[in-house]
Amino acid sequence: MSDLTPSELDKVRSILKREPNETETGIFTVMWSEHCSYKSSRIHLKKLPTKGDRVLVGPGENAGIIDIGDGYAIAFKIESHNHPSFIEPFQGAATGVGGILRDIFTMGARPLAVMDAIRFGPLDDPEWGDRNKRILEGVVGGISHYGNCFGVPTVGGETVFESCYNGNPLVNVFALGVFRHDEIFFGRATGIGNPVIYVGAKTGRDGIKGASMASAEFDEDSKDKRPNVQVGDPFMEKLLLEACLEAMHTGAVVGIQDMGAAGLTCSTCEMGSRAETGIEFDLELVPQRETGMTPYEIMLSESQERMLLVAEKGREDEVFAVFKKWGLDAVTIGVVTNDGMLRVKDHGKVVAEIPNRELADEAPLYDRPHNALPYRPAPMDAPADFAQKASRDLNGDLLALVGSGDLCSKSWIWQQYDYTVRTNTIAGPGGDAAIIRIKETGTSIAMSLDGNGRYCALDPREGAKLMVAECCRNLSTVGATPVAATNNLNFGNPERPEIMAQIVEAVEGISEACRYFDTPITGGNVSLYNETLGDAIWPTPVMGIVGLMKTAEPVTIPFKRQGRTVMLLGGLGACDATHFGGTQYAKVVLDKMWGLPPALDMGYEKRVQAAVREIINEGHAESAHDVSDGGLAVALAECAVNGIGASVEITTDLRPEVALFHEGPSRILVSTAVPERLEEIARKHNVEALRIGVTMNTGLRIGDGSVAWINSPVDRLKQVWENALAEQLAPVHV
Amino acid sequence: MRFGVVVFPGSNCDHDAWYAVSHNLGHSAEFIWHDSATLGAVDAVILPGGFSYGDYLRCGAIAKFSPVMSAVREFAESGGLVLGICNGFQVLVESGLLPGALLRNRELKFVCRPVTLRVETTDTPFTSAATKGQRITLPVAHGDGCYFADDATLAMLRREDRVVLRYVDNPNGSLDNIAGICNAKRNVMGMMPHPERAADALLGSTDGRVILESMIHSLSVAAA
Repeated sequence: MSDLTPSELDKVRSILKREPNETETGIFTVMWSEHCSYKSSRIHLKKLPTKGDRVLVGPGENAGIIDIGDGYAIAFKIESHNHPSFIEPFQGAATGVGGILRDIFTMGARPLAVMDAIRFGPLDDPEWGDRNKRILEGVVGGISHYGNCFGVPTVGGETVFESCYNGNPLVNVFALGVFRHDEIFFGRATGIGNPVIYVGAKTGRDGIKGASMASAEFDEDSKDKRPNVQVGDPFMEKLLLEACLEAMHTGAVVGIQDMGAAGLTCSTCEMGSRAETGIEFDLELVPQRETGMTPYEIMLSESQERMLLVAEKGREDEVFAVFKKWGLDAVTIGVVTNDGMLRVKDHGKVVAEIPNRELADEAPLYDRPHNALPYRPAPMDAPADFAQKASRDLNGDLLALVGSGDLCSKSWIWQQYDYTVRTNTIAGPGGDAAIIRIKETGTSIAMSLDGNGRYCALDPREGAKLMVAECCRNLSTVGATPVAATNNLNFGNPERPEIMAQIVEAVEGISEACRYFDTPITGGNVSLYNETLGDAIWPTPVMGIVGLMKTAEPVTIPFKRQGRTVMLLGGLGACDATHFGGTQYAKVVLDKMWGLPPALDMGYEKRVQAAVREIINEGHAESAHDVSDGGLAVALAECAVNGIGASVEITTDLRPEVALFHEGPSRILVSTAVPERLEEIARKHNVEALRIGVTMNTGLRIGDGSVAWINSPVDRLKQVWENALAEQLAPVHV
Repeated sequence: MRFGVVVFPGSNCDHDAWYAVSHNLGHSAEFIWHDSATLGAVDAVILPGGFSYGDYLRCGAIAKFSPVMSAVREFAESGGLVLGICNGFQVLVESGLLPGALLRNRELKFVCRPVTLRVETTDTPFTSAATKGQRITLPVAHGDGCYFADDATLAMLRREDRVVLRYVDNPNGSLDNIAGICNAKRNVMGMMPHPERAADALLGSTDGRVILESMIHSLSVAAA
């Protein structure tokens, strides 16, 4: 059975100049799957900026690499494991972590940090709630299991709940590693006659054709796809990490690539294609966990914790010695050839013979029709009774928001992740951005993951720009300069023009914003066909952006001392009814969605970010927190949950709920002992800096000079914020 | 002082212990590979955290058969200082160098967060630089940290003043809030929290230094 279309099959015939056999058809099917070939998105991905002064390696390798100075570099990338995580949440998420970690250490970098952007259907959904809980618990358990055992800190991420992720959770995993410039390795099979060596776990029947599964929609029979999900062993991966890095240090390794999606097929043809060489090997020599596996099964297996490396001829024993020390299989299975062919033998008999370059790089490119309006799940106009419906219980609204799924504390999740192992975590989960120090230099890396399906559903282009802006703002709020990005594009079926239009709009939005904020994209992942029973997820691109800063004690979100000035850098912002329809207030309090995402002025945003970086790095901020989902009132509540609140007065023509809860960008809350210095810096950058209040220990009060809109004890806010998720998930104690 | 940090396959806090001793405290530290039959010329041994042998079977159950553990046992019997942290504590319990067992956390989930501990005795080489009743905050990061012992063992530990550290906010359901215990000779200690992760002000706490500094102090007194 072939998943190739008739025209794709014709292309295969013209490449081979004959009919493909079953194994060859399987090989083409996985390599030309959406997951491996990006055939629907590639022509649009070309629009993304990929170059910059710090970019050492851009898209196309296993991970992007940027220079961080002092002879050091970081490798990082984000990847999705959405489909497997729906079918088998624990192993799906676990192997998602395992796969992205291998992408990092196959380049020679030691993984330093992981982050996760995870999205589920609501836990209180009448139909899906219980299932959503099980999926969340499984996904978190899987990430925890794999990352903790491997010994990499999981330092942050985001968790979002929307009905569109019922039956299609999103699990996007970001990983980052560090190394010296002279320790970088590539997945290239260079040197004719060099041995091709298989290392790591044995090959079994798990995950066969997983990449194809990840390129299809789900239907009622999707549970039958469970055998397509791989099973992970983080202990094996830890050994593989140590053995690979040690083998690389011998100098005997020429090229190396992990076996991820499409397993042995992908690693062999990509290594050959990049080096413009051929690879010939015999399946008989591949370590196997099961007997009687066919060539098709061995080539398409996605068994985890395996790598393919090419060693310098004559120095194989140095490599074997390292793997023996770590108790791992390492076997020469073939040789690098000069004919550019992937030649697969089984007991000496050729079972597949395909040119590497055509297989790896000549997948069909589709310019899918996108001449439709992007699909919008919501009306443009605000509900006619919006003004009447808006609640007058603003204190209750704030409590509802801080206790809502998207805004409440996620500590129930991240306390299951070891976020302090390797003693580099300067700022872990729960902050605007995570910060990891590089022990060998005086530099720290800040990182943030951000997505906003709600904004992107209303306007994919503007939503994407807002996402990039917020990600950069998160980094700037901890004092880091954003330098490079990776993205994960999660969308529905690209064969539907209204979905393809979302993809094109979002990619162009990311492109424009990443150019503007000087954060070139060094790699990423595209996950399409995120649909179950014909319902597509909202367009959900996710950015991972990294920033650089000097290593120092972090400036964190909570207010630290009483009597400090609370400043709102960037000002109160503006918002009309149309731009209020994508807010958390509209979602949680009004149970509605309409209009457009908040309006973004990228020039102003960039100046606000420059100003806050200067404020942080000159030591003028005692706390800092960006205003995002939930608006100003929620941001103030988050600053207060450690016990010190504030009394805030704002002067505005906006209606109270709009002033308190609109999500206009380019705003950052700072508490400081030197407000004059902040005002000077803000003036220099030509941005507003409003003194809006004073910190105090009694509670959070927000008013307009006469009326107190919000007046809440800090303890009450904290209790609701901290316990909301655990209360929804906790088993009933009897 | 020279510290040896044992590396089992799957250890993942080995580097952290090495870094804390060598860089934060300025003493010498070296790694000891698990199939080594000897420890070399070390003054103290740390069994680090992690997932030795993948924690297959039970945490620490396979590590106890490692060649290096015979050497660790001899070293302990001759009075050498042995500190087991997290998985290292589990290995010490499985090896019989410390009594009791470490069970799955009461909530059945991995837990990573700072916890407050009380130093219950300063009559050990691991806490001699602390004060009795001193509160310290250290990170925990484990799935199997719930200490358990039978009544007789628990009574013995209390009677012999061998409960070295107790949780003020028990994160895992440990019996009697036990976070760390020592052997009868008081030269072997196991603890679930991570002192090596709290030895650098940049990471938010230096409360863990008192454990390592106590060891260094005790060794220098013994050497004098």
